[in-house]
Amino acid sequence: MDHQTVAPITATPTAVDAVTKLRQLRGSLVFYQSGGCCGGSLPMCFDEGEFRIGDNDVLLGFVVDCPFYIDPRQYERWKHTQLILDVGEGEPQGFSLGPADGWHFITRSRVFSPEERVALEQGGIP
Amino acid sequence: MSAITEARPSASKVYQAPGNPESPVKVKPRYENFIGGRWAAPVKGQYMKDFSPTNAEQFTEVPRSTAEDVEMALDAAHAAKKPWGETSLAERAKVLHQIADAIEDNLEMLAVAETWDNGKPVRETLAADIPLSVDHFRYFAGETRALEGSSTEIDKDTVAYHFHEPLGVVGQIIPFNFPLLMAAWKIAPALAGGNCTVIKPASTTPWSILKLAEVIGDIVPAGVLNIVTGPGGEIGKALAANRRISKIAFTGETVTGRLIMQYAAENIIPSTTELGGKSPNIFFADVMAADDEFLDKAVEGLVLYAFNKGEVCTCPSRALIQESIYDRFMERCLERIAQIRQGNPLDLSTQMGPQNSKAQLDKISEYVHIGLGEGAECLIGGKQPNLEGELANGYFFEPTVLKGHNKMRVFQEEIFGPVVAVTTFKDEAEAIEIANDTLYGLGAGVWTRNGKLAYKMGRAIQAGRVWTNCYHVYPAGAAFGGYKMSGVGRELYKATLTEHYTQTKSLLVSYSDSSLGLF
Repeated sequence: MDHQTVAPITATPTAVDAVTKLRQLRGSLVFYQSGGCCGGSLPMCFDEGEFRIGDNDVLLGFVVDCPFYIDPRQYERWKHTQLILDVGEGEPQGFSLGPADGWHFITRSRVFSPEERVALEQGGIP
Repeated sequence: MSAITEARPSASKVYQAPGNPESPVKVKPRYENFIGGRWAAPVKGQYMKDFSPTNAEQFTEVPRSTAEDVEMALDAAHAAKKPWGETSLAERAKVLHQIADAIEDNLEMLAVAETWDNGKPVRETLAADIPLSVDHFRYFAGETRALEGSSTEIDKDTVAYHFHEPLGVVGQIIPFNFPLLMAAWKIAPALAGGNCTVIKPASTTPWSILKLAEVIGDIVPAGVLNIVTGPGGEIGKALAANRRISKIAFTGETVTGRLIMQYAAENIIPSTTELGGKSPNIFFADVMAADDEFLDKAVEGLVLYAFNKGEVCTCPSRALIQESIYDRFMERCLERIAQIRQGNPLDLSTQMGPQNSKAQLDKISEYVHIGLGEGAECLIGGKQPNLEGELANGYFFEPTVLKGHNKMRVFQEEIFGPVVAVTTFKDEAEAIEIANDTLYGLGAGVWTRNGKLAYKMGRAIQAGRVWTNCYHVYPAGAAFGGYKMSGVGRELYKATLTEHYTQTKSLLVSYSDSSLGLF
C-alpha cells in the first residue's frame, strides 16, 4: 500500500457532485474543518479568499479542486482517522455555504488501519 | 438551581404544545423581525420554516432575512444610540428591571416556548433557563445603577476623570442550545452599557427570542433591541463584518469564531467569542469515603452530562475517575443513567428531551461510530430509543457512556450530545495531565472532600471555569469564558460590563493657567 492510495481526505460521490455544482455556481471554494460547540464537527465551506488561511493551517487534500484545511492542533488529534466529506439534511451552521437549500456539508470519519498509517507517514505526511 | 428539586415530579403535568388552545403559548403562522420597536417584514419577503425537534413538524415560519434587513436593523440601532447612551443610570437600570419583571411574569409561557423550539425539557426551562435569564437582567440592572468611574488627582491642578462610555451599536450572534438564556447573557450587559444591539438567533431556534420580544418589546426604547432571524451564511457576515458595529460577540464553533475575529480585525473593533469545550469532570477516590449526601451529589455530578441533552458548551463530556473507585463509582452512575426519563419534553417528569435537529442527531451517531472504531467500549446507550406515537419522529438519542482513553477523538471533540467519554487516572498528576490534554479550556469539574487538593487541581486545570464539588450552575457573578481554543472574553460577571461593553474615556483636565513653557 503506498501513500497514493491512502488519502487524509476523501469525499462521497454525492459530496463530489455537490461540490462540483456549487463550484460552478460560485467559483473556487475552500473547506475548513471546524471544532467546538454547536456546529463544531462540520466542515465549513467558503468562497475562496473569504476565510484567511494562515501559514500554520494544514492542507489535508482536495475535493474536486477545492482545498480542505484543518487547524494544526486539531490535525494532531485527528490524523489517525480519514475524513470523508459528505452532505446531510439541515441548514449549514456558522457562516458556511451549503450544497443546496436545507442541506449542509458534513464530515464522516474512518479510523486508519496501522498499515494505512505507515503508508501515510511514508508518503511524507507526518 | 435549588428550584430543580422543586421540579422533581410528585404529580406529573404535561403542558400542551404551543398553538394548542390549552397551551400557555400562542403561535402565529408567521413571525417578523423585531426592528426599531416594531415587527418588520423581511425586505425580500422570504421566510424559513421552524420545526419542533419533538415531532419533527413545522409549527411556524420566521424571516429568512438578507443583508438589507441587517442594514435596516442597524439604521434603527444608530437612531436610538445617542438617546439610550445618554439615558441616566437610574433610568437604564429601571428598564433592565422591567425587562426582568416581564420575563418573570411570563415565565411559564417562555419556558414552554423554549422547550418546544429547542427540545429541552420543560422542567429545566422552568427551573433553570428562564429564572437564570430573569436574574441576569437584575444582576446587570444592579451593576448599572451602581456603576462608578474613577478619578485621580495627578497633581493639585490636574485631574484625570475616567468614564465608562457606551461602545454604540453592537452585533451579537447566539447558538441554538440555550436560545433565551444566551440572549439574556448578551443583551443584558449590552443594554447595561448604554449600547444598542442587533442580535441574530440560531436558524433552528429563531422563535423563542421573538416570543421574548412580544413580552419586552414595549419596555425597551425603540431601536435599542433589534432581532434579525436568518441563516448565518446569508446574514452572519452582513452583521459581523459590518462597518457600522462597534463590537461583535459570538458563541458557537471555532471556525466561525475565527472568522468573526478576522472580520473584527478588518474593522478594528473588539470581539468576544465563546467556542465550546471538552470539559473534564474529575472524581477523586475520596468521594466514595462515605455513602452520604455528598456521594449522591457526585454521582449526579457525572450524570449531568445529560443536562440539556448534552447540548452545552461546558458539557462535562469527559469523566475522569480515579482508578481505585472506578468500578464502584461507575456502577452507581450507570444505575442513575439507566433511570433517566427520556420523552416528551413538555412532560414535567421528562429529564431528557430530543436533540435540537436531525443534523445534531446524525452527528452524535457518527461520533459513537467513530468511538467504537477507535476501540471505545459502549457501556450504555449508543443508539436512538424507540419512542412511540407523536415522539416517534423526534430527534431522540439515548444517554450514552463510552469507555476509552484520552487520545480518542471521542475524548477530544465536542460531540454536543448525551455522550460521556469515561477514563481512569492513577493520581493527581495524571488527572491534571489528562484534564489539560485538550484543545479547549471552557469548563471543568473537580470532586473531592479534600479542600487543598480541590484548590490545587482548580489552579492547575487550564479552563476558565472550574466547578468544584458542583457542576452546571451558572449564577451571574461568576465569570464564564474560555482558555485556549474555547475563545476570548468573560461573561456573567461584573467586569463583563466594563471590559466588554463599555470603553474608557479619560478626561485629563488642567485647572492651571500656566503654559508648559515648551513653545
